[in-house]
This record gives sequence, C-alpha cells and structure tokens, in this order.
Amino acid sequence: MSGAPVLELVGATRRVQGRDLVSEVSLSLRKGEMLGVIGPNGSGKSTLLNMMAGLLRPTSGEIRLEGQPMARLRRRQIAQRLAMVSQAADCGERISVRDAVELGRTPWLGPFRPWGGRDDEAVEAALLAVGMEQMAARDWSTLSGGERQRVHIARAHAQAPQILLLDEPTNHLDVHHQIAILDLVSQLPVTTVIALHDMHQALRCDRVMVMQSGRCVALGAPLDILTPALIREIFAVDAQLIAHPAGRWPLFAFQRLA
Amino acid sequence: MARGTGWLWLAPIVLAAALLFAAAVGETRIPLSTVMTVLASKAGLTAVVLDPVDASVIWHYRLSRAVVAACGGASLALSGLILQALLRNPLAEPYLLGISAGASTGAVTVTVAGFGAGMVSMSAGAFAGALVAFGLVAVLARAARGTGVQTAGIIILAGIAGSQMFNATTALIIAQSASAEQARGIMFWLLGNLSGVRWPDVRLALPVALLGLGVTLWHVRTLDAFTFGADGAASLGIDVRRAQAVLIATAALVTAVMVSIAGAIGFVGLVVPHAMRFLVGVRHARLVPATALAGAVFLVLSDVMSRIVIHGQVLPIGVITALVGAPAFAVVMIRGRQR
Repeated sequence: MSGAPVLELVGATRRVQGRDLVSEVSLSLRKGEMLGVIGPNGSGKSTLLNMMAGLLRPTSGEIRLEGQPMARLRRRQIAQRLAMVSQAADCGERISVRDAVELGRTPWLGPFRPWGGRDDEAVEAALLAVGMEQMAARDWSTLSGGERQRVHIARAHAQAPQILLLDEPTNHLDVHHQIAILDLVSQLPVTTVIALHDMHQALRCDRVMVMQSGRCVALGAPLDILTPALIREIFAVDAQLIAHPAGRWPLFAFQRLA
Repeated sequence: MARGTGWLWLAPIVLAAALLFAAAVGETRIPLSTVMTVLASKAGLTAVVLDPVDASVIWHYRLSRAVVAACGGASLALSGLILQALLRNPLAEPYLLGISAGASTGAVTVTVAGFGAGMVSMSAGAFAGALVAFGLVAVLARAARGTGVQTAGIIILAGIAGSQMFNATTALIIAQSASAEQARGIMFWLLGNLSGVRWPDVRLALPVALLGLGVTLWHVRTLDAFTFGADGAASLGIDVRRAQAVLIATAALVTAVMVSIAGAIGFVGLVVPHAMRFLVGVRHARLVPATALAGAVFLVLSDVMSRIVIHGQVLPIGVITALVGAPAFAVVMIRGRQR
C-alpha cells in the first residue's frame, strides 16, 4: 500500500445557488482512525459526508481516495472501498433484514460474478457484528429505528469497505442504542467518519472536526478542540467540563447563553 | 442461479400451456389435438391433411395474436416493474411517461387528421407519437433538474404534464375532425385491440419483448440496489444516471412498440408487478422472471376472455384487463397491508 492517506480532501467546496454549503475543507484521514464531525444544524456536515462518499461532486477542490482523484473513479470502484450509512434511508418494500444486508455485496457482484460462498460469509459476519443474526428473517417494516440503523450498518459492513461514513447514526435512538451503535462502530476495523450532534459522543472519537457555515473551524483531538470557548462560539451555549467520577471521558454541563 | 428461482423451469411450460389454450378457445372451440396437429404440421413433423379453416384460424388468427399478447403482457409488466423500482413510486407504470398519450395522439393524427395521406399506418403514427412524447417528457425532466424536486419526482411530474398535453391534443383532433365512426374506432384502439394482429407483428413484438427481458435480467442487482433510493444505489456502486437512462429508455421503447401494435392496454404494468411482489417477494432475481411470465399469461388469458365473454363480439382487451385488474389490485393492496 502506498503512503497516500485513505481519504484526502483538498480545498473541497460545494457551492449551490451562490451559497457555499461546504467551503474550502481540507482534511487527510488517517488509516484506522475514527473522525467525528460536529457542528450546528445546517453547518454542512451531511453535504461534506456526501462529498466524501462521492455522491456529490465538489464544485471546486478535489477529493482523493487512496491517492486517486474520486472524480476519475467509477462508482463501483468507490463502493468497493467506501460505504455510507445515510440519515433516514428508508424503504416501503417488504424486504427482510437478510435481504437488506445482502445489498451490501452489490459492488462485488455482477452478471459474470454471481453470488457465492464468500458473499454468504460476509453477510453472516455482518449480521453477527450488529447482533442481528437472530433477526435475519424479520421484515424491515417490523423493525424499530435502532434496529434499522443496525441493519444499515450491517449492510455497510457486508460491503467490506476500508472507509465507513455515518451521517448521524445515533439520531432518534434511545441512549442504550446510541452507545451500542458507537461501540459497534468503534470496534470495526475500518477508518470511520461519523457526523454527530452529541458532544459526549464526539469525545469517543480519535479526532474531531468542528464545522460552522460550511467551514472547518477546528480539527484535532477531542479534548483539545471541544473547549468551553469554542463551544460558546459555535453552539451559543455555555459549557463546563466536569471530570467523570469513574469514566474515561469528562462530562459537559450546558447552559443557554442569556 | 439466485436462491428461490428453482421454479423457473416451469415458466416455459406455463406459457406454452396458456398459448395452446388461447389457440383452442374462441368463437368455435377447436380440440387441443387439432391444435397440436396444426403446430406439428407447421413444424414439418407430420403430413396429416388438415381442415384448412381450422388450420388457418389456429395459425394465422389465434396463435399469432396469443404470441403478441404474451410479448405485450411481459413487456408492459416489466416496464412497470422497472419504473416502480427506479422511481421508488408504487403508482409508476409505463404510461406514466406520457407514452400512451403520445401514441394516441400519433394514431389519431394519422387516422383522423389524415396525416401522411394513408401512406403511414396507424401503428407507425402511434410509435412516432410515443417516442415524441417520451422525448419531450425526458427533455422536460432534464431541464427541470436541480430545481429542488428529487429526480424521481421530476420524471413523474413531467410525465403527468406531457400526458395531459397529449391527451388534450387527441381530444382536440377528435372533436375537430373525427366522424362518429372514426371516434368509435379510435376509442376501441385506445383501450387496446389485438384484432388486427398477424404474424408480421410477431416479428416485431417478439424480439422487442426478448430485448426488454434481457436488459431487465441483466440489471436485476441494479434494480435491487434502488431499494433504499437513488443515493442508496449510488453508494452501493451503481452508476445511477447510466442505469436510469438505460432502463427507462428500455421501458419506454418496449412500451412504445407494444402500444403501436396493440393500443394502450392498461393495468398490466401497474398490477402484475405488485401481485408478483406479493407472491415471490421484492428481490428482482425472482421478481423479474415472475413478472414477465405473469404479465404474459395474464394478457393471453385476458385476450381469450375478450373474445368469448360476449358471444359474437370482441371487447377491447383493455376493458378486460381493467375489469380484472382493478379488483385484483384492491385485493393485493388490502392483503399486503394486513401482512
């Protein structure tokens, strides 16, 4: 493997109708790290993730996947290296959990590359990883929000990517499932970019990137970045860091600015 | 071969049985043995002397018609399946793209307005109209891209706009210049009509139907990948624009050909894919062959019914497909909800 970063953004900008949704973001993902992206609503997190996934093209700047410009790769080549779990990807079909996870093998299959034992193994491993092996036959419509999110992650897992992008995967989940999803993701042997709202969850990442109005305003280790001054400026709340009596990570106490 | 497709070897048998049935049943019932003898003699397998009337009815009239019905049914059902999968809209069907409206306008222009002075057949007019209408809908959908509506929504809206415009044009031409007799003929054609079908039509319908089936089978995984929408498909490695262009163009082409041969037969493209989803599930490796087979058999049997329901009179086949299709659709919807 070359020394190129797994995913690299150079001045990536996405401009729609005269407004920068993402502006001049440069970033180099380190192999195996978990990068958290946080920022207020509308700060460009989803757009940035969609650009990283190659679903949106930068209007200027460049995104490179393993050193190669993303624009020159075919969708299939991208999907073999990178999987995306979007917000609220839903369907009205009567699809089973196993069917949904099997979709993850799509980039590895073709008319001349039929389904095989390796694909079955990948699907089983993915179901096992999210603890859904008992529920493989369940209908999608009978699943709770947390279960659907786990199935999406299993689908991405079955895709066997080196990079996993997750757009607010803990939204709408109860606290147990929020932590379960984060634990699950952090155990996967992949490079992860995860858009988050919860600053406590951001503390679990290796690095955090803070976005405001489409710009990257800070990037670094969570505790270096998430200072009361920055939180006050970006999220318009007073924050105090309180050491957790028994935990690894401190706690935030928030208060709205008067 | 994908799992759950072991029944596929039955498909040709079921289809052949439907075709034989259609050849035997009609105004005069002809014994199956006679049908088989006619087929055998056509294949050069036997030299038995046949009643020339029976032979002619079976070979020139019923069988060609049944084969075209099978091709049309399979094509329309597959077009509906493609559009429902790609546009993520359960109400999508081939005529949504303005194809049937354009075909009607084309047919009416040729027959009523006398365009082409009798040199151009109604079928050719219908085909041209269908392609023009789909072209306009595609251009409109393309021009409207990036206005905030999702791609699937744009195509549907453009199709509705195009259909309305062409339907209005058809109504205008009929009101302006059609005689009562012509209007009746047009109405009959608009509801679907296989009466004039002969072997030359098979030479067009069969390759087109096989092409449609081949393209759809080639793309079964692509269709699956659209389960979670176009973005979902893209992140699974599908070149969404290319897939949409190839598949929608295929659906438009086969529909245009079938409409030009047999008129606008409704409900097949809408009902058959839904019924098959209910029976074999949503994975396209099973759904595509099942839909093609069911569409073919459904239209062959509908055609038989259109010939025998009222003695001495042939109903437009679209009347049968709608009368059978609408209640069947209602049942599928209600049962699907309860599951």
